[in-house]
Amino acid sequence: MSTGELKIEDLHAGIPGREILRGVTLTVRSGEVHAVMGPNGSGKSTLAHVLMGRPGYEILSGTVTLDGIDLLSLPTWQRARAGLFLGMQHPIEVPGVSLVTALTASRPEIEAGEAGADAGAGDVSERMRAEAKRIGFDERFLTRSLNVDLSGGERKRNETLQMGVLRPRFAILDEIDSGLDVDALAAVGRRVEEATEEWGLGVLAITHFRRLLKVLKPDVVHVLSAGRVVATGESELAEIVDRTGYAAYTGVGP
Amino acid sequence: MWPAAGLMGERVGVARPGRRKGRVAWNPRLVTRASLRERLFTLPTFTPETAAALPGPPWLRHRRAAAAEAFASAPLPTEKDEVWRYSRIDSLDLDRYQTPDSSDVMATDVHGPPPSDRIRTLVDRLGPRSGLIVTVNGVLATVASDAGDDALAIGRMTEHDEAEALLGSIATDPTDFVLLNDAFAADPVVIDIHAGVTIEHPVVVVHVITGAGGDAVFPRTVIRGASSSVASVVEIVVDVEGGLLAELPTRGASSVANHAEHLVVPVTEVQVADGAELNYVSIQSLGPATWQLAHQVSTIGADAGLHSFAVALGGSYARLRTDSALIGTSGTSKLRAAFIGRDDQMLDFRTLQDHRAPKTTSDLLFMGAVADRSHSVYSGLIRVRRGAVRSDAMQTNHNLVLDEGAHADSVPNLDIQENDVRCSHASTVGPVSEDQRYYLESRGVEPEVAERLIVAGFFADIADQVPIAGTRAMIGQALADRTGIHGV
Repeated sequence: MSTGELKIEDLHAGIPGREILRGVTLTVRSGEVHAVMGPNGSGKSTLAHVLMGRPGYEILSGTVTLDGIDLLSLPTWQRARAGLFLGMQHPIEVPGVSLVTALTASRPEIEAGEAGADAGAGDVSERMRAEAKRIGFDERFLTRSLNVDLSGGERKRNETLQMGVLRPRFAILDEIDSGLDVDALAAVGRRVEEATEEWGLGVLAITHFRRLLKVLKPDVVHVLSAGRVVATGESELAEIVDRTGYAAYTGVGP
Repeated sequence: MWPAAGLMGERVGVARPGRRKGRVAWNPRLVTRASLRERLFTLPTFTPETAAALPGPPWLRHRRAAAAEAFASAPLPTEKDEVWRYSRIDSLDLDRYQTPDSSDVMATDVHGPPPSDRIRTLVDRLGPRSGLIVTVNGVLATVASDAGDDALAIGRMTEHDEAEALLGSIATDPTDFVLLNDAFAADPVVIDIHAGVTIEHPVVVVHVITGAGGDAVFPRTVIRGASSSVASVVEIVVDVEGGLLAELPTRGASSVANHAEHLVVPVTEVQVADGAELNYVSIQSLGPATWQLAHQVSTIGADAGLHSFAVALGGSYARLRTDSALIGTSGTSKLRAAFIGRDDQMLDFRTLQDHRAPKTTSDLLFMGAVADRSHSVYSGLIRVRRGAVRSDAMQTNHNLVLDEGAHADSVPNLDIQENDVRCSHASTVGPVSEDQRYYLESRGVEPEVAERLIVAGFFADIADQVPIAGTRAMIGQALADRTGIHGV
């Protein structure tokens, strides 16, 4: 069980000419689940991509560290290898590149069986099969092109599977619940929840809906509005938001 | 009819005004006369006399002389001609090349010593075969057939009973470099698959280019799949010093200066007769300084099918013109090509899907990538002639541009003269998708590896469509080597 933290401090970022995040501060510790809720356009997906380093976004000020490592100075792939994972809201199709090829290339040390790669968790193919089983992901998809011809729900399961294989320190899950049916949602939510115990995964789960949070129990809930965290609380906050909407936090009535 | 006029018997064409609006002037006769005079005086090698002096039976010698005459009396193409737009044809200097000494053409004992180890290794990688033809600098060196004579006749064209009728039977309207091949092909070869015969393993033809440089080589192959036959042919043009397929230099490691410069002008005629099926794979693996001007001309009969796959790997300027005519009802052609440009090379593809009969289907997919400062051209025409009702034509060209200095042109054209038809074309030119790269990098894949995976993935689907099983692995490996990927 690892201990550490993903620490975001006063992060200002956006796209050229438009500041979207206006000072986000929050800290996720290993083993914790933080939910980020908020109305459309509040900056949730921007936060996810800025943390991962998607091209096209710029950092204006602030810091992000993972176990003390300055993430913002690293290219995307090194952030991933430092232990950050992003389960994307819209996973991208990569024709001709299979899941097993991508995952093998993403962590050469897993294949090489080197120390520090969670020895005992098996090689990439073994891990993939085991993870697929846990979330009901059809094994046929493992050798197919990444995300090509997958339904929205299958793509989300695929993202969850990759998280399970790569065993990151921290995972940002951007609307991992969208597109999932009730059973799939339960399986995915359970898998993430278990990861927090298995290896102390820290989770930043971006979601619109409380139904995910019934399975994946948040330790902390943040409400993001207009690029700022406007409220932070325990899991009851999600229930309140669910009942009353965001108006109380955004100043905009329903 | 072309009025003869001017000094030196030059042809003066009366160019019709080009048709616009979806119709494209593809008529190769619409050439300009630029630099005609200079060129006529500076071709000491490629004269009717030297053509006629090549060994062969009288009919062939006459044919060569007539072709050389026709070549010399027509202007050389220039980049102003539509079919040579974007090409490097203005840089071609025929004076740099000699026809190789072929005085021993008819004396070669084709049942003599086996091909060199390197060629044999290459051929053996293709797996079981029904027959083998090896030419060396255009002269037949080896013929071996494992199929019975009643199934298959392969070997020297001049030894075939119907040689005179077969040669030029598909490439019936030769222009420019097909004429030059007609004039200087020293030793045409033939693969004649007999009617009703199914041949399990492919016939392999290897045209070996060898020597220190300066040779002009004119491989000529005629393939006839007689009615209701089923067969496969693999044709490889390979510079034996320029690196065999598996030994191609990896990116950045090649050195043009170390490689011989040849001119290779292969012409392949393919006839797929009624009810026949032919798989045809061609692989170009020339040295990095060599020029290639290749033509593949095919006719497909009624209820017949051609499945061709071309791979272009080498060459300085390497052009492949593919003309496929569907001449019988319900004939189909599936045309595929994969190419990867590197360094300063230019790979140039011109295609014609010519629907001349009803209910014919053509399906073309050419996919390429250009790296470094290389350049590719794809220009293709779908022509559906009057009467070719209910035809279905598809033309797709996708190009990846891997480096800032690289460039790809893609020019799809339609010439539809019939109403009740389905035609579609699509083309893309662009860099590796930033989104795809980001997705892989967000999993921890290094940028260089991510790019290579995406490029390999780009070719994965088409590489699966290589029709002859034994060539599939070789082509996949060659493409991977070319993209710098190993073991993925």
